[in-house]
Amino acid sequence: MNVRTFRIGGIHPEENKLTHEVETKVAALPKQAIFPLSQHIGAPAKPVVAKGDKVKVGTMIAEAGGFVSAPIFSSVSGTVFKIDTAIDATGYRKPVIIINVEGDEWEESIDRSDKLETVEAHPELTPEEIVNRIKDAGVVGMGGACFPTFIKLTPPPTAKAECVIINAVECEPYITADYRLMMEHADEILIGLELLMKGAKVTTGYIGIETNKPKAIELLAQKCAEKFNGSAYQVEVVPLKQRYPQGGEKQLVDAVIRRQVPAPPAIPVNVGAIVQNVGTAFAVYEAVMKHKPLFERYTTVTGKRLANPGNFLVRMGTPMKDLIEACGGMPEGDNKLLAGGPMMGKALTSVEVPICKGTNSVTIISGDEAVRKEPQPCIRCAKCVSVCPMGLEPYLLAKLAAVQNWERSEHEDVVSCIECGSCQFTCPAHRPLLDNIRMGKSTVMGIIRSRAAKK
Amino acid sequence: MNFILIAVAVLGGIGLIAAIVLYVCSKKFAVYEDPRIAQVTELLPGANCGGCGFAGCGGLADALVKGADAGSLDGLKCPVGGQEVMGKVADLLGMAIANGEPMVAVVRCNGTCDLRPKIAEYSGLRSCAAMNACGAGETACGFGCLGCGDCVAACQFDAIHMNPETGLPEVDEEKCTSCGACVKACPRHIIELRKKGVKGRRVFVSCVNKDKGPVAMKACKAACIGCGKCEKECKFGAITIEGNVSYIDFNKCRLCRKCVEACPTKAIHAVNFPAPKPKPVDSAPNTPSTPNDSSNPKVEKEEQA
Repeated sequence: MNVRTFRIGGIHPEENKLTHEVETKVAALPKQAIFPLSQHIGAPAKPVVAKGDKVKVGTMIAEAGGFVSAPIFSSVSGTVFKIDTAIDATGYRKPVIIINVEGDEWEESIDRSDKLETVEAHPELTPEEIVNRIKDAGVVGMGGACFPTFIKLTPPPTAKAECVIINAVECEPYITADYRLMMEHADEILIGLELLMKGAKVTTGYIGIETNKPKAIELLAQKCAEKFNGSAYQVEVVPLKQRYPQGGEKQLVDAVIRRQVPAPPAIPVNVGAIVQNVGTAFAVYEAVMKHKPLFERYTTVTGKRLANPGNFLVRMGTPMKDLIEACGGMPEGDNKLLAGGPMMGKALTSVEVPICKGTNSVTIISGDEAVRKEPQPCIRCAKCVSVCPMGLEPYLLAKLAAVQNWERSEHEDVVSCIECGSCQFTCPAHRPLLDNIRMGKSTVMGIIRSRAAKK
Repeated sequence: MNFILIAVAVLGGIGLIAAIVLYVCSKKFAVYEDPRIAQVTELLPGANCGGCGFAGCGGLADALVKGADAGSLDGLKCPVGGQEVMGKVADLLGMAIANGEPMVAVVRCNGTCDLRPKIAEYSGLRSCAAMNACGAGETACGFGCLGCGDCVAACQFDAIHMNPETGLPEVDEEKCTSCGACVKACPRHIIELRKKGVKGRRVFVSCVNKDKGPVAMKACKAACIGCGKCEKECKFGAITIEGNVSYIDFNKCRLCRKCVEACPTKAIHAVNFPAPKPKPVDSAPNTPSTPNDSSNPKVEKEEQA
């Protein structure tokens, strides 16, 4: 089999997909659900409920706070306890809505049946209608970045979309939520893809899957052949060689359609591609066909020392603590708790942090495995350069950030860094490359923004 | 012999032509630089710290000379050289300058290791900026000092150091030039330039935690909980509470220290005041004090229970 991958850099960390064949369980309802108002890129949502209000499952509790923003829906029924601050996945206390759970009463508009709705059966779904429903349901990218999906489907006038690429790569170690979703809801995902293609007014679709998921490739390829043969759409399942960070948008575009996305501010649609996560495709199906806003997601709870790691269909707002308990509790000793996988995940200092739209995994790494090794002097081996998927020079960017040479950092394109951590992973001297680069990137982006604001 | 003469003549000729070209160019393209700029630069400390807001001492000198020509030196000041240097500069430029108050950097966090327990361990790059980007840091306080010493690295004058016992930076008032480099370096905006005050006497709130009282208390025993007792106590309207944290306006504060006594978490610090004399019990019922910084008698922190 001729398998493709992206052309620059990349690494292959130990996969540790402990929960590949663990069937998804429905997580228990929390006693209290916490909804951070910033669960997406862009402006925080604005609360539309007040203390003491009764809400149902699927009631909007916060509206979009701007164009690049998304509304937030309650995942539980109950009473609004308070609008306060709580620690979210950023590690800081941020505004949240806290709801005390009472029963499980759903909004009547939500279709809770298992009946598969096809696009053909709903001629009223024009592209505009699809985009509007996605927008109103608060669907954002489910791979972790949480960019509002409707914006991706309406590209700027300077760019023209040619295809939709479904990101089913899941190259991050440990995480298996997307894989379980594909195995359990392949039909819905394909209809979601069809909706995305119709919404973006394109007829070509790809599903990129790494070859460590042969069953998913087989299943989706077979379903695609059944569904799209003879239809107006061409959809191809593209098996991809295992390589991290293939799940990065730009890497996936290169791997699947062999086009390089230019440096920022260019986005994949500038080369004709709209990339959406499989989770997003599923959420789009539910939002458009079942009128179900985004309030639950597939999440993997994993870790080598966890007694029963598993995959969960979890209501957003559930504290991580509940899921960890469901997997046998926090292992003894020091642990590193991550929202996300070990490569891109965000380390947390509290188990009270709720599951949000972008939490694809809760990963627990044991203390001794998590502790970093003492950094040694750079030996100029340039391994970081050879693995950087963006073709950057990490050793140089790290140094420039350390000496605060922002002008040169900008010139060396630090803003192109996707913070995948390949450089730091591969560095034989254990240098904190990404820590420095991230500082440089955020400073340079601040400088660019203030310059743009002055103009 | 002839070839020697020819060589001398040719080289002499080239030299002469080059000299004429250089002379003409130097006259025609001469750039006039005010000699006062060089003189002012000479007077400035030459640290190029950027505390004045210009790229270096040369930049400030240029601005000072331009300012003198325009008739005002307002807003131009070398924080490092202070009044003395600015006086000399003003004399040179034939200008008068307003008397600016000397300032000093003040660290507004008192979350020492014992008052603010660690809840996590950070093993990444030892830099406050990097740690700040990762989350709240090693303690539960999302506002307090991270303790990696970005301020220490930023200081050109060796005036700020980490105290290994408290894990907090301490400013050496003698050396601090109030250039503001540490203020800019601190990602949590804890350090503030405040009026140095007569004999260095100052009262300030040593906390910037904006969390609500119970949350702040849980993270750190020395946190300002925004209770407002100090605000009520202050007769001069110097104290405001905004976002659950108290702030003392150093322009209004009269150093009466009523707020210091009122603060339930001892978040308000009064420094460089003489140790209180034992007073009769009836005039001030709760005055026993505990100087908590015995290592440096000059910067004696005084807290009253």
